[in-house]
This record gives sequence, C-alpha cells and structure tokens, in this order.
Amino acid sequence: MNPLTKFLLELQEISILIWRSVGGLIRGPRYFVETIRQMDLIGVGSLPIVLLTGFFTGGVLVLQTFPTLEYYSIQNETGRSVATSLIRELGPVLSALMVSGRIGSAISAELGSMVVSQQIDAMRALGTDPNRKLVAPRMLALIFMLPLLTVAADIFGIIGGGVVASLLYNQEASVFIQSVRSGITTEDIIGGIIKPLFFGLIIGSVGCHKGLSTTGGTAGVGRSVTNAVVISSIWVIIFDFFLSKALQVILDIGPM
Amino acid sequence: MQSSETAEYKADIEEELEPTALEDPVDEPDRIMPAIEFRDVHLSFDDKKILDGVSFVVRRGETKVILGRSGGGKSTAIRLILGLLKADSGQILIDGEDITDYTEEEMIPVRQKIGMVFQEGALFDSLSVYDNVAYRLHESGVDEDEVEREVRRMLSFVDLEDAIDKMPDELSGGMRRRVGIARALVGDPAIVLFDEPTAGLDPPTARTICELAIKLRDLQDVSSIFVTHEMNNVGYLSSEYATVNEDGQVLFEKEGEKLCLINTEVIMLRDGQIIFSGSDERLRHSPDEYVQRFINGKQEN
Repeated sequence: MNPLTKFLLELQEISILIWRSVGGLIRGPRYFVETIRQMDLIGVGSLPIVLLTGFFTGGVLVLQTFPTLEYYSIQNETGRSVATSLIRELGPVLSALMVSGRIGSAISAELGSMVVSQQIDAMRALGTDPNRKLVAPRMLALIFMLPLLTVAADIFGIIGGGVVASLLYNQEASVFIQSVRSGITTEDIIGGIIKPLFFGLIIGSVGCHKGLSTTGGTAGVGRSVTNAVVISSIWVIIFDFFLSKALQVILDIGPM
Repeated sequence: MQSSETAEYKADIEEELEPTALEDPVDEPDRIMPAIEFRDVHLSFDDKKILDGVSFVVRRGETKVILGRSGGGKSTAIRLILGLLKADSGQILIDGEDITDYTEEEMIPVRQKIGMVFQEGALFDSLSVYDNVAYRLHESGVDEDEVEREVRRMLSFVDLEDAIDKMPDELSGGMRRRVGIARALVGDPAIVLFDEPTAGLDPPTARTICELAIKLRDLQDVSSIFVTHEMNNVGYLSSEYATVNEDGQVLFEKEGEKLCLINTEVIMLRDGQIIFSGSDERLRHSPDEYVQRFINGKQEN
C-alpha cells in the first residue's frame, strides 16, 4: 500500500472513531463518572508540567526579546509582545505538545495493552462498546481540559515574563502589567481557546486510534505509543498554522 | 456405576434432544434448532486462508470440541461466532438467527446469550475479581444486592469465593482462567465458548477447568464449543459426565467402554478445513495419517 493510500485509510479510520464516540454521547449509555475521572487525570494531572512550561516559556521570551526591544527603545512594549505571543501561539501549542507527550502516550499505552491482552475483545463480548466506554470519556476530557490548561499556561507565562523583566532587566512591574493589558484583545483570547479545542480532539483521536489498532504484542504497544505521540505532535503543529490563518481571517486579528 | 443407570442417562439425553408432546410446544422448536451453525464460511487475512468452507452444527446441549494445530483457525471460528470478526462469505447462525452481516449494535442482544472464556482469562486488570465477574451486571445497572448474590454464586461454581476482593495480578494463571469462566457465566448464557482454556496450565488445574465445562454441559444444559489442542481434554470431555448425588455433591463418572456420550463430538481443523467430524471413538480409530499423528503427538515428516 503506498503512503498516500495508507494516510487516507488512517484518516478514514480516525474519522469513524470520532463519529462513533460522538454518536455514543448522543445516544448513550454515557459514562459520566468515567469522564469526570478522565478529566481529573488529564486536566489536574497535567497541570504541573503545563504551568512549568508556561512559566519558563514566558521567562525565556522576555529574556530573548528585551535586548532587541531595548535597542529600538520600545522596551515598554515587552509585556504586550510576550502576552500576545503566549496567548496566540506558544500557550496553545506548547501545552498541546506537553499533553500529547504525557496523555497521548498514556492513552495509547493503556488501550494498546488492553488490545493485546484481549481485554477489548472481552469488553465487546460482554456487551460494552469500547468507543463509548473508553474513547468518548477520554476525548471529551481532553477537549474540555486542554483550553483550561492553556489559559493556566498563559497566565503563568505572563507571570514568568514579568518576573524576568523586573528581576533581570529591572523593568517596573506596573509598566510590564500595563503593557500586557493593552496588548490583549478579546479576539486573541477567543482564538487562544479555540485552538486547544482542536488540539484536544487531535491528541484524543490519534491516541485512541493508535491504541485500539495495536497489533503484535508488547512490541506493538511500544510502536503504538511512539506513533501516537509523534503523529499527534506533528498534526498539532500543522493544524496550528492553518488554524492561525483561519482565525486571522475570521476574527480579523490586527497587528500585535 | 451400573450399566442400567448409564443406559438411563443416555436415554435421558436422547429424550431431551427430541421434542416431547408433554412439554410446552412453544419451547420445543429450540431443541431442534441448532444453537450454532456455520454454513460454508470462508475467511482470509492478507492472502492467507484461515477458514476455507467450514460448515458444522452445534446442537442444543451439545459440546463441540474443536481440535487443530496452533493458528489453524480454531480461535478465528470463535471470534466469528461473537461477531468480533466478519466472514468473507458463508453464513453464521445463532439459534437460527443469521448474524453474518450484523452490525455491532445488532450483535449486542446476541452476545447476551453467549459467554466467552478467553485464552488468558482476559480479565480487566484495573478491576477486582468482584468487579470483573459483576461486569455485565454493573453495565446493565442491576441492583447491588443482586449483583453480590450473583457474583458469589458464580465464584462458588468455580470454587474461588475467597478471591472475591483480589486483583487479577494477585492470582495464578489457573485462578485467572476460572474467574474468566465465572465472568462469562453471569447471566446464565445458553451458549459458552471456551478458547483454549487450559493452555499453559498444569494437569490438575486443566482437569478442574474441564470439570467445569462438564458440569455446565450436564447439569445446566449449556451448548458449548471447546477449542483445544490437548488430547487429555478431549478424553475428559468425551468420556466423563457429571451427576449430583443425594447430598447435593457433584460427582464425575466415567462412561463404560461400550457406551459413548452422545452429546460431545469432535471436529478437527487443518489449514482452515474440517478434516474430521464425529465421536472421539471414531477419532481414535481414524485411518487419516494426519489425525493419528495429531492425537499421538508425533511431528509431521
């Protein structure tokens, strides 16, 4: 099978997976408790690494851009540039990549192990649809939690940037904060929340699909995990570009 | 065991297999309709033919032993019955219902009638023994008191009541297999499928599993398919039967040399085709070289 056919086949299978789990939400049985549990594992569980990522990203942004801005005497705009970079791009993408590594691998490993030990077959034989019981809660949890995680990352990123600006470059905190507030627009915030919705869908569907299509024993589980993380990360990055362009057009986002 | 009693036993079995005017006629058609039927089923994976025109019938209350080499299509047949796989061509009928083209949705009520015992037990490793056995009941929202009653009943059938709160990784292979059987039997399915349930187990434990299958066949009138490649199991299943004595104890009796249990038959699969179908006596006296080598454990030249 040539790569293009393989790719289209994968795309078809992932679409069917998404369709079946969405269908499960509408027609039930809905696994509400399981979804809450997944939200806790995915959302609360990923909070530390996302906050850490956000904080240091904001910090390094200021670290790198302040000298250049100072050269053009516009260092008072530091807050604004950091905030918009984080909210539009770095917050959503880096959070998604972190979560793809942590949760994408966990989902594909868990489902893959269940496949190779025949637990998925057992589940179907006992009358439960794995799409409703396993896939839908995880996807819902990701779609719901990733925007929240992204917002948290953005906040901590701005804090991190502020800390670097005031401690390393001796900028007044009030100057930084004022610049941040003037830079953030409603459109940026909306865009910064829409992106994680899509990223959550990508990570969830790729992770679940790779897990459930595992073949070949424990080595197969390893392959599925690797593929899940790599493919969802790449898709997040590619989608980010097209989403950014679409949001620019739809939300009519102006210059920074 | 008196020969008159075995004759009576055999007569009882025959009587059960034929409709009687005294019983409710509405129930009787079930006795004539096969529990499971395969009609000319074909299945290939990536150019490899797994099942090549397989046809057989499992009657009500019958146990069909499916023998064959590893990878010969035995487990595939079972997965087709459950609808976990779809056949390329042919028909599969469960209680007269053609399930060949059923969707997942349509298979759900069919699967309620079937219990499946997987090769390694396939227990859900994040759930305790109790939750594993109670799985079907929990999914249907059954009242917790009744769930507990049912779970205890099943675990005592497989003799594992004290393992009720353990996790699967604390159990031995044989215990896991027995919990898998308990889980499959919840809801008293009329059809039970055993996929190599004794693979990798020591002889006494393997014997225990066969005794469970015999109890199901003789005391609960279950129709079943027993996939295996161990000849010991064939021996137990085709020459022993279970009865209950006055104290309510279950006893296993061996049939005599002259009489043959007629509710257990053997099928042998080779390269996706049935090369033998009949009683275990005929199996032992089969003129086919492959069959003889298989049952005597010799390598092919």
